[in-house]
Amino acid sequence: MNETSEDRADALFHALSDRTRRDILRRVLSGEHSVTALAASYEMSFAAVQKHVAVLEKAGLLNKRRSGREQLASGDVEAVRSVASMLDELESVWRGRVARIDALLMEEN
Amino acid sequence: MPVTDVTKDTERRTFAITAEFAAPVERVWALYADPRQLEQVWGPPEYPATFVAHDLRPGGRMTYYMTSPEGERFAGYWDVDEVDQPSSFAFRDGFADADLNPNPDLPVSRNDYTFAATDEGTRAVFTSTFDSAEDLQKVLDMGIEEGATSAINQIDGFLARTTQNA
Repeated sequence: MNETSEDRADALFHALSDRTRRDILRRVLSGEHSVTALAASYEMSFAAVQKHVAVLEKAGLLNKRRSGREQLASGDVEAVRSVASMLDELESVWRGRVARIDALLMEEN
Repeated sequence: MPVTDVTKDTERRTFAITAEFAAPVERVWALYADPRQLEQVWGPPEYPATFVAHDLRPGGRMTYYMTSPEGERFAGYWDVDEVDQPSSFAFRDGFADADLNPNPDLPVSRNDYTFAATDEGTRAVFTSTFDSAEDLQKVLDMGIEEGATSAINQIDGFLARTTQNA
């Protein structure tokens, strides 16, 4: 493993080692959020939330853009996705489906 | 859990899941032959499915839509290619517009479902294949899936691979 990917792994693990940052990432992966709106979701200062957002951005997990006075943050889906993780996602869909089939078949017995 | 095997082939973008059901093959087949039963298992409870057309014959078409908690509809279709009742059927699954007409710009997956008798009931194998990683991603992006859970799964998966490469 070269230095660059070591650094990247460090940044990733650091970014994801904090519960608030994981929560922020979950939110921004499901859609763009203003930093103001994110800050309103947590019992901490705007500056503290902004700092968390900056850590996620540095790790390449989150992208920021400006719209007027707002800073909008969105999760970098490309960074956290690959074919393997997509297949994992499909697995959870299918596990749900199989459980529903099983439940329906059991209802009759 | 009735799931006994999950096979993922990232090279071929194929996903296969094997499940054992405590019901005869004919009973499992009947679930797919009846749109009212099929819609109970196709979509997650938060995105209930409604099958509008249902023709489980070679050359037949199924159309369906799933309704989001916000009332938004996501439509799809199945084009049935092969049917060997009650052991297997194959179809292409794609996206449809609001009038349930196939949308040719969106990805289509190839699907193969097989049902085999066992001592306890039925062994079902569900296989889906996607033409490209982009197609697979688009399918998952279409909002059919439970968002937050999958987001955290992606992170877990990403971390697992990062660790492997280290």
